[in-house]
Amino acid sequence: MSDQAAASVHAEAHAEGHNPALLHHFAEPEQQRDAASLGMWVFLATELMFFGGMFCAYLIYRLKYFGDFAAASSTLNTALGATNTGVLICSSLTVVLAVWAAQTARRTLLITSLVLTIILGFGFLGIKGIEYRDKFVEHHVPGPSFSFDSEPIPGHPGQFANPNHAQIYFALYFIMTGLHAVHMIIGIGIFVWLLTLAWKRRLTPEYNTPVEIGGLYWHFVDIVWIYLFPLLYLIDKHK
Amino acid sequence: MSAHSTSSPLKTYVTIWAALLVGTYVTYRVAFLDLGPFNAAVALTIATIKATLVALFFMHVKGAGDKMIKVVVISALFFLMLLLVLSMADFGTRAWS
Amino acid sequence: MATAVAQPVERENYLNKEYGALSWLFTTDHKRIALLYLASITFFFFIGGFFALLIRLELLTPVGDLVQADTYNKLFTMHGMVMVFFFLIPSIPAVLGNFLVPLMIGAKDLAFPRVNLLSWYLYIIGGAIMLHCMLTGGVDTGWTFYTPFSTAYTNTKIVEAGIAIFIAGFSSILTGLNFVVTIHRMRAPGMTWSRLPLFIWAHYATSIVQLLGTPVIAITILLVAAERLLHLGIFDPRLGGDPLLFQHLFWFYSHPAVYIMILPSMGVISEVIACYTRKRIFGYKFVALSSIGIAVLGFLVWAHHMFVAGISVYAALVFSLLSYAVGVPSAVKVFNWTATMYRGSIHYDAPMLYAFGFLGLFTIGGLTGLFLACLGVDPHVTDTYFVVAHFHYIMVGGAVMGYLGGMHFWWPKISGRLYPEGWAKLAALIVFIGFNLTFFPQFILGYLGMPRRYYQYPGEFQVLNVLSTAGATVLGIGYLLPMVYFLWSMRYGKPAPDNPWNAAGLEWQTQSPPTTFNFDEEPVVTWEAYNYEQLGEFPPEQEARGV
Repeated sequence: MSDQAAASVHAEAHAEGHNPALLHHFAEPEQQRDAASLGMWVFLATELMFFGGMFCAYLIYRLKYFGDFAAASSTLNTALGATNTGVLICSSLTVVLAVWAAQTARRTLLITSLVLTIILGFGFLGIKGIEYRDKFVEHHVPGPSFSFDSEPIPGHPGQFANPNHAQIYFALYFIMTGLHAVHMIIGIGIFVWLLTLAWKRRLTPEYNTPVEIGGLYWHFVDIVWIYLFPLLYLIDKHK
Repeated sequence: MSAHSTSSPLKTYVTIWAALLVGTYVTYRVAFLDLGPFNAAVALTIATIKATLVALFFMHVKGAGDKMIKVVVISALFFLMLLLVLSMADFGTRAWS
Repeated sequence: MATAVAQPVERENYLNKEYGALSWLFTTDHKRIALLYLASITFFFFIGGFFALLIRLELLTPVGDLVQADTYNKLFTMHGMVMVFFFLIPSIPAVLGNFLVPLMIGAKDLAFPRVNLLSWYLYIIGGAIMLHCMLTGGVDTGWTFYTPFSTAYTNTKIVEAGIAIFIAGFSSILTGLNFVVTIHRMRAPGMTWSRLPLFIWAHYATSIVQLLGTPVIAITILLVAAERLLHLGIFDPRLGGDPLLFQHLFWFYSHPAVYIMILPSMGVISEVIACYTRKRIFGYKFVALSSIGIAVLGFLVWAHHMFVAGISVYAALVFSLLSYAVGVPSAVKVFNWTATMYRGSIHYDAPMLYAFGFLGLFTIGGLTGLFLACLGVDPHVTDTYFVVAHFHYIMVGGAVMGYLGGMHFWWPKISGRLYPEGWAKLAALIVFIGFNLTFFPQFILGYLGMPRRYYQYPGEFQVLNVLSTAGATVLGIGYLLPMVYFLWSMRYGKPAPDNPWNAAGLEWQTQSPPTTFNFDEEPVVTWEAYNYEQLGEFPPEQEARGV
């Protein structure tokens, strides 16, 4: 299409009052929104495979070194882990409220929900930081300063965990929760950006795709944690 | 094109939120009971229910006009299962030889 | 159609719309991004080819006399890493796919043009890191960087290479994401799934593999880097780790990766064969579904790379059986392409010569894969030159031939110029001869027992190695020729008509080269794919073109 023709089509579309957020290569806002939504879901599928590789490694070693993993896991603070799960669940509520608020033109609720989400996100990271610091102090961080001697295996009195196998547990623990935390940080960044959009009144019932797909991302990160918590924290707690 | 009518009422959101918190609490408490080999199964089952609730109601998979979303989710889960199951075909049967 | 005038008044198109480096570096036009990729992957092709040259030079003599053993390890490693991650995996999707997918479905651009540009930048950043890694010492583990050698013993730059591949992997993921959403959401009215060109089906299937497989190697690289930096033990047997876990995670991606490399090429072949036999592809639905079948089944076979590594024999049985299954959809395609040619009006122009080459060489490569999938034969030929020959027949004899055929076929559309047909036929012939001379002896060498990744070998293997190296030289010449005449044609080539081959497909309904937004009006499709019975014959003026 020549420049002139393109310009006249564009002018026509403007004359008809099309959404200024409509990008030129889409025919309608619906198409753009559907493309964005499908794109985010496809991206989440790749993220599932990304975390999935680690779940595979974790599955194999947990079955192989169950006792050692139980011993290592028992040194985690389950109460903090459970609290963090609650924090994320609350943040998922605030996210879905934000989406609804954007769709129904409730600007105050939208901004409040976004702010709460960000605060809860920081809360999660703060609790995680406390847990990491505890692990650091106890020398459970894998690497040169790792030590895990004379830790009993739950339910097997007199048996002690193999420090090498425990180190594998902690390696997977830190990599899995660490990667999760990185995704949380990115999520907080996305929501700060959404907050600026909301502040500038750029999120409307006609155009709220950013908060919708940002929400999808956040919920996915929540779902990952929903699995991480029982897998990492709740091994043989009854022993 | 899907109609963008995925705004569930507030009541649903709060109900699901409560269910998720209850599920978390139950998971936590059940972990301290001795169910033998079923502890992990119970915990993962509850986790799967929670994840499904988040996907269906918070991520608006339920009621989404776009069939592709369901296809994408199920495909991703299928391929993840392939990775886990077929790897176990090796690791799980090494002791047999 | 434009007439064959030496210097016509040039119409506005995506190439001359804007000039200047910034207009290229900040473009969101899928066609310009395709050319950015073309330049970059050609660059890396030469780098990978340079390493291949050194390998073949060393192997001219049975003793290790050109380079040291450690250096030789680095040569084959870098050859593999560059060719796999920085040439083959992007090649057709990033160049031809990016250029043609929107055109073929009647769209103005891909769904996410800025993500497309980001994809290219990620590729460049990954490539730059890889270059730096190679220039400052490289990697010597083989492109498969098996543990624990890569995590605990080697002193080479694993982490840096890993970062490079990690970043390039995201480029691949984003390209796949763009294609899937585009094909779902941006098809023109009337362009139903059953009217899509098979090139689109092939790229859709490729994208599925890119999306679901690449993240797994990303996490594997992360684990290797963490293990290497912190001595974790995840893959180290001394600390309770299992090296086979690495291999499972690595091959879960890297086997489907070979389907990323071949599927787009198969898509090209479908388009070329249809046009140069003037017939609809036989069994369109089966070919389309076979692409999806290859993508899915390709995820089920990865441990056939590990038959002798120590997996349980029961797992080996399962994977061997599945590996036979994955050959079926590929065979379906080969049969259907052949059936298409029956009673077709075949024109032996350069793209069709590449397609013929593909058919023969891909078949040989695929059949030798069945030898490897057989548990009885594999222990004899695994890790020998038999394997090397097998995958080069598919990747070079298959994928690269398809890439070259596609570049020729669509060159008029991309550049607005015709390539010189005589030189192109000659180059195709040289490539075919050079390829077979390089790699057929390697089947024999492998079967006779010459191991791969060794820089020295028993004296009785020298004749075949010399033949192979001679072939590589011929092959190199065959690759250089198109580089030269394509560049030549951009300035001195005959201006191309909009549809020089009278080919089917929406891309041929636009200008050559297309305008920035592709179509003057949104096309409405009311015809089936490959409507050659309506289009008729090859244009007579093309028949008359000679040297």
